[in-house]
Amino acid sequence: MEEAANQMSQTVKESKAAYDIVRERFGNAVSEFDANPTMPFFEVLDASRWVDIALYMRDNSLLQFNYLACLSGVDYPEEQKLGIVCNFECIGKYTHRIAVKVKCQRDGGSIPSVSCVWHTANWHEREAYDMYGMVFEGHPELRRILCPEDWTGFPLRKDYQVQETYHGIKVPY
Amino acid sequence: MGLLDARVSNRNVLVTSVDNVMNWARLSSLWPMGFGLACCAIEMMATNASNYDLERFGIFPRSSPRQSDLMIVAGTVTMKMAERVVTLYEQMPEPRYVLSMGSCSNCGGPYWQHGYHVLKGVDRVIPVDVYVPGCPPRPEALIGGLMKIQELIRMEGLGISRQEALKKLAEKSVDPQQVIDQARKAATA
Repeated sequence: MEEAANQMSQTVKESKAAYDIVRERFGNAVSEFDANPTMPFFEVLDASRWVDIALYMRDNSLLQFNYLACLSGVDYPEEQKLGIVCNFECIGKYTHRIAVKVKCQRDGGSIPSVSCVWHTANWHEREAYDMYGMVFEGHPELRRILCPEDWTGFPLRKDYQVQETYHGIKVPY
Repeated sequence: MGLLDARVSNRNVLVTSVDNVMNWARLSSLWPMGFGLACCAIEMMATNASNYDLERFGIFPRSSPRQSDLMIVAGTVTMKMAERVVTLYEQMPEPRYVLSMGSCSNCGGPYWQHGYHVLKGVDRVIPVDVYVPGCPPRPEALIGGLMKIQELIRMEGLGISRQEALKKLAEKSVDPQQVIDQARKAATA
């Protein structure tokens, strides 16, 4: 265990230290730490606590993840799930950064919205909804952001088939 | 052959047909609508700017479709934009011309297969007169396309439909390969 910790780069160690603080507070609501060298991450296993974890990560004086750098959607068809990946950084105080994954059911699943915690999440969640179709509970204005509002289907799902016509115009080549 | 190239008599009298004068006037002040959709628009703006200087052909962009003769569809037409392009086209007074610039508006370009949001060719919604290939086309290519539009106008006349003019233009066209070969030979000689 100690050997594994020694092999971690400095940035991953910083992420681990940040993760330990979250783990201490939320216990089994979060998964084990994944020391991915590109972007270390953990998963929120109990999605209903996601907003609490988000607020804690933003406001805890030792964490201060005040910058949501990116929020992306992911499709996991083999697990029948959809998910988001959020990349966090701290601007001004710490150099640590970490990614957080949250998953939900593929059909009719929902994830609590963190647009009240980081305003950046507002448009990012709309984009994830537009492309994957997961609902963000508590989002102030959850509607498509890129596709036309009357578009059918969610384009970045693995099994997406483009519609034949849109307003009478042929869509496929 | 432009109208002013013809010999003018010493009394400043010039005899020609009405068709000729009208076509000359129209092709010498071909006003495109000033709008661009993607990277091709950058190339179109470069063509308008001083290096390539479209104003020497009497071409300069207008900010209203109601004052425009020509629509240069410069860039990727998304499904969302398609209906707006149609609206703009409908707002242009006739006779109007459409030049499709670049692979995207010609046929969908790099988005032809996986670009779910891209219209696979602007000719699915509006009639196109001249296609300019390229991704994006260089200013020289765009100028070539614009001169093709001018040629098309030259083919028109009273009582001649657009289809007939396009047919006449196609009959007059030459195989570019010979010209390319000639230019190559001249360059290597």
